[in-house]
Amino acid sequence: MIIEHSKGDRMMHDGSPRARRSLTRAAASLAVLAAGALCAGLASADDDAARGQTLYRVYCTQCHGLEGNGRGINTPHMSVQPRDHTDRAEMSARTDDDLFKAIQNGGKAVNKSVLMPAWGGNLSDEDIRALVAYLRELCCNGPR
Amino acid sequence: MRQGVGPRLAGGCAALLLLPALGLADVADEVAASCGGCHALAPPDPAVGVEERMERDGPPLFFAGNKFREEWLAAWLEAPKRIRPAGGFAPAHTITTPDGDMIDESTLAEHPALPADKAKAVAAYLMTLRPFDALLAEQTYEPGSIALRMGQMNFSKFKGCDSCHQDEPGYGGVSGPELYTAWARLQPAFISAYIEDATAFDPHTMMPSSGLNAAEVHKLADYLKALAEAEQ
Repeated sequence: MIIEHSKGDRMMHDGSPRARRSLTRAAASLAVLAAGALCAGLASADDDAARGQTLYRVYCTQCHGLEGNGRGINTPHMSVQPRDHTDRAEMSARTDDDLFKAIQNGGKAVNKSVLMPAWGGNLSDEDIRALVAYLRELCCNGPR
Repeated sequence: MRQGVGPRLAGGCAALLLLPALGLADVADEVAASCGGCHALAPPDPAVGVEERMERDGPPLFFAGNKFREEWLAAWLEAPKRIRPAGGFAPAHTITTPDGDMIDESTLAEHPALPADKAKAVAAYLMTLRPFDALLAEQTYEPGSIALRMGQMNFSKFKGCDSCHQDEPGYGGVSGPELYTAWARLQPAFISAYIEDATAFDPHTMMPSSGLNAAEVHKLADYLKALAEAEQ
């Protein structure tokens, strides 16, 4: 990240009090910007998870359940139980890429059940990333 | 969760019961006024996201003329029978229980029945809504035959359609429309096109875009035909 200061700053880093004050100001500015970027990053992750929650309700709860426990209304006649997304141990064993691929290309693409369809034709990459962010909330960031 | 859809739907569509003998334009006005609360009569605004799917409680009707068989539509409007076991948007009619999620039957509305002449008039009007003529004209599906057992195996075990759809009353998933009457109610080209890519009709459909090739799509469509023939 490039921090813009007065044009002379770079020439004044010579240990003088003035140079030290300048460096302190630069460090403070950097800290403020870094904090801002971090907050923006967290807000963005929150936005993703919130959007993911909406998408999850529309596309996923029919099989994975309103609470994500794998017990949706479609499950009584299924031969394979849908993944319990609240199972921290199971979900921790999957990388974000694994989850992304399973949603985009379906269960078959990750050697799982054909009953999990490929959603890549319905959802954008951004949608799927939001779903993955929500899955992480569901499995691992809630109270246990 | 949306509640109270039933009374609104029943009240809105009740106006249709009062329709005198009307022309097509008048029927269009009445359909807009009475059915628009639950059914989309225009394509979704691209600016509105997937949230709009949660607000729907009936299938979109703006492409009804590309979708339904008119004779079935008129008969159904006269004596409607539930096609979607869990309603138009299943999560809104679902409750969590210790035994897993269940359909909350108390939130499901019955579709009003129309007198025969009104049912016929509304069906005739809905059949004029055909924005996807060109898309359906591209379909190459010629209805064929498939052994019922082979079709069933393909439908369930190989393609997983029974996750969401019933191919026999009481057998299969409940979030999607039942398919044991699909051949009677839907046009063959629509069945084929919708299996291939449902998002072409409805960007926020809960039906996955299959990515299947034409031969695979046609085999599934033939199974729906075989189901109808087995009924006879």
